[in-house]
Amino acid sequence: MDRLDELEAQSIFIFREAFARMKKLALLWSLGKDSNVMIWLARKAFFGHLPFPVMHVDTGKKFAEMYVFRDRYAREWGLDLIVEPCPPLDAVDPTLPPAARSAARKTEGLKLALAKHGFDALIAGIRRDEEATRAKERVFSPRGLEGNWDVRDQPLEFWDHFNARLPAGAHLRVHPILHWTETDIWTYTRREGIPIIPLYLAKDGKRYRSLGDADITFPVPSQAKTIDEIIAELDVTKTPERSGRAMDHEAEDAFERLRASGYL
Amino acid sequence: MNARVSPGFDLAPAATARPLVRIVIVGHVDHGKSTLIGRLLAETGSLPDGKLEQLKAVSARRGMPFELSFLLDALQTERDQGITIDTSQVRFRTPSRDFVLIDAPGHAEFLRNMITGASQADAALLLVDAAEGVREQTRRHGYLLHLLGVRQVVVVINKMDRVSYDDGRFRALDAEISAHLEGFGVKPAAVIPISARHGDGVVARTAAIAWYTGPTVIEALDRFQPAEPASALPLRLPVQAVYKFDDRRIIAGRIESGSLAVGDEIVVAPSGKRARVRSTEAWPVTEAASPAAAASAGRSVGITIDRDLFIARGDVIAPAGTAVPAARKVTARIFWLDDEPLAAGTTLTVRIGPAEARGTVTAVVNSVDPGEVTPTQGNAIGQNHVGEVEITLAAPLAVDLYAANPRTGRIVLEHGGRIAGGGLVLALPVQAKRPQAAALVARAAALEKMLAGFDAAARLAAFRSEVEGRLAFTTSFGLEDQAILHMICAAGLDIDLVTLDTGRLFPETYMVWEETEARYGRCIRAIYPRHDALEALVEAQGINGFYASRETRAACCDVRKVEPLGRALAGAAGWITGLRADQSAHRGQAALVTAETERGLLKLAPLHDWTREAVLRFANAHAVPRNALHAKGFASIGCAPCTRAIRPGEPERAGRWWWEEASRQECGLHVQAGATR
Repeated sequence: MDRLDELEAQSIFIFREAFARMKKLALLWSLGKDSNVMIWLARKAFFGHLPFPVMHVDTGKKFAEMYVFRDRYAREWGLDLIVEPCPPLDAVDPTLPPAARSAARKTEGLKLALAKHGFDALIAGIRRDEEATRAKERVFSPRGLEGNWDVRDQPLEFWDHFNARLPAGAHLRVHPILHWTETDIWTYTRREGIPIIPLYLAKDGKRYRSLGDADITFPVPSQAKTIDEIIAELDVTKTPERSGRAMDHEAEDAFERLRASGYL
Repeated sequence: MNARVSPGFDLAPAATARPLVRIVIVGHVDHGKSTLIGRLLAETGSLPDGKLEQLKAVSARRGMPFELSFLLDALQTERDQGITIDTSQVRFRTPSRDFVLIDAPGHAEFLRNMITGASQADAALLLVDAAEGVREQTRRHGYLLHLLGVRQVVVVINKMDRVSYDDGRFRALDAEISAHLEGFGVKPAAVIPISARHGDGVVARTAAIAWYTGPTVIEALDRFQPAEPASALPLRLPVQAVYKFDDRRIIAGRIESGSLAVGDEIVVAPSGKRARVRSTEAWPVTEAASPAAAASAGRSVGITIDRDLFIARGDVIAPAGTAVPAARKVTARIFWLDDEPLAAGTTLTVRIGPAEARGTVTAVVNSVDPGEVTPTQGNAIGQNHVGEVEITLAAPLAVDLYAANPRTGRIVLEHGGRIAGGGLVLALPVQAKRPQAAALVARAAALEKMLAGFDAAARLAAFRSEVEGRLAFTTSFGLEDQAILHMICAAGLDIDLVTLDTGRLFPETYMVWEETEARYGRCIRAIYPRHDALEALVEAQGINGFYASRETRAACCDVRKVEPLGRALAGAAGWITGLRADQSAHRGQAALVTAETERGLLKLAPLHDWTREAVLRFANAHAVPRNALHAKGFASIGCAPCTRAIRPGEPERAGRWWWEEASRQECGLHVQAGATR
């Protein structure tokens, strides 16, 4: 077993635990490289089937290429796709810096979607190595009634035993690829032949490392025109993955505040 | 954190070919973990561009001197408090290895987070402040590393600058911490003097510690080995789920140890049923990549088998011939984090892989505060303490000894709906009990002789006074059971009244249940099927699938009656039933007192030698509440879909599973191992 096999086995184990223990699951599909790997792993876990819906909480401001990708693969992969809109900017905490406030629309959209569908668990493709606050996450991460995350009161989690009993009204975030790195995602995408959005590949000396809303996500300088070149580039880069995501950098605690109130 | 490349080292090229080792750094609060990590990241060139400068700028803006530990303390709340509050994962490289560096908080109230972090580690650095010495959390973390199964440990004596790099002080601390660790069998691979703040002994060997000849921290890290899957041990495949998304019935789980291949003969624990592996299943299936015919430890797999056995989440697949012990009792060395102390009588959910059962602590063998210099004994295990406990399980679980299999020989304890502790399985007292089977048989024979001449009420009273411990009477509200219940209540005997509510009982049964409780003023405790097993059963065979075959019927009885009976009788010394010898040919062999050796109890059938007419006379004479079904022609009372009225002249149990052959009309409650039903 190589490292990718180990990662895959662990993620499949987590998917099966979530499906066995939770009543109403949905997988959050951001259309990016991480959630595409997640869908692939889920289909492996359930032998080609996806026994729960895939939900895209749509800010309406994604890149055109992302919508094309979503509609094509929802069909090709036979996904049970739910698309839920996000509320307008006025509905969001005005004290957040502008880009973070814009991103927080997704948090509000998520809360509305949760209330509408009554999911008790959402599967999300966050990774520990993406960002320092995500490094503190649990695999099964309980959320309060407001969807909030209390970093100071996280449950005990060891030996792949997860806490799945929740108070009424609360929900769980399940993180099947928490232990993967950005390089793992790309080497696995290459090995398995998982489709990607072309925005990840360099054009005119720039590429997107992380995809979000078109107005607050920026490309980084890069010559990587293939997945092989991306992997080689990641081996030497010292630029953080989310450097092109404006909301992370407006204030030192902006991203932490977003997460505490329920952002992914 | 995104950490890459070490320009100071000659790196091996392909990242995925290098061993990945998960390291945890533990120790008392403020002994310098975050500083050591900051030092390792900075000196191996593993920081993202600008991170150092960014944090220096933040510190300057706040008027604080910059510390290397700020690199780790990335959360606002942590910077405000000056402590690390949770595990975070950081990556870096040494010449031959990739590392995931898991920080774990030293503060006592964050022990939950320390355990969460350390449980993921292949190896550990235990940090000690040279000036402050070995402290409470140093000792506690050392002990927890042992309980979490972390076997590679290096001790780092930090802040040597504070003790003027004194080698005498170092040697004294080395002796103290090594003795503590060796007390529970952990031998540190190295004890290293360093100053993380000044860089001595971390990457560079400096003049200040010239007297030290052992490895630096980087060198010690480079000798750690990644955890290997337990492929060499016998197969253990705990079942996570059985899927039927299409025409395949796939048993899914992760191989914890050993390997399996198509054609292998396997046994399912704890039921002991056997089958052969028919196929391995995987997705995607292409011409180039069909599922491998064999798989080994660490893989998440799916298999199909050659027989239609009822298998559910929590069962364990093992090689035929090397059965996994099915334990009703475990002795384990555990850690406990709940604020309510763990004491004899505490009820818990015991988890072993995907399996779980309710458990009751039947003994606290010892209890230790691992933070104290001298361990103290106690009869309860307090918060953040460790100890040995004996837990009695309500249903048998497949479990190994930790010494035999480190992956499947450990348990997790849930209390009040949250994971509250866990530990290593030291012994399975049920095995030690086996020799008692002969004693139980002898005891049953003696009681049989003694009770044979008594009337039924006297048999019950004598059984109560002769058998020490809990007695349980299981009633299905048939006429015999009602007669016995009347005798127990009339004499006020200390015998638990229990019924198995299968969820498919007749409305008339619920009526007489209510009437009986009102008449005698005693509560009849109901035991229900496990919801997850029942959901899996109905999903697998449909709501009335028990009519399909003898196997599906037996599977239904297993989930709705047999397993719940196990819980009804857990910890009981005696079991009272309404069996009569003339009910059926099978039951004709039953005795007045039987030794149920597998359950480890004595079974009394006080109406063993009564006739149906005698029971009727008794019921009439005492106006015993009667199930309305009897008036409709029902003799034996069971589940509604599987019980019908009988015609005059038919045997009494002819109405039970009437479509099956007569020799098999038993649900399994009164059948010992090896018999058919």
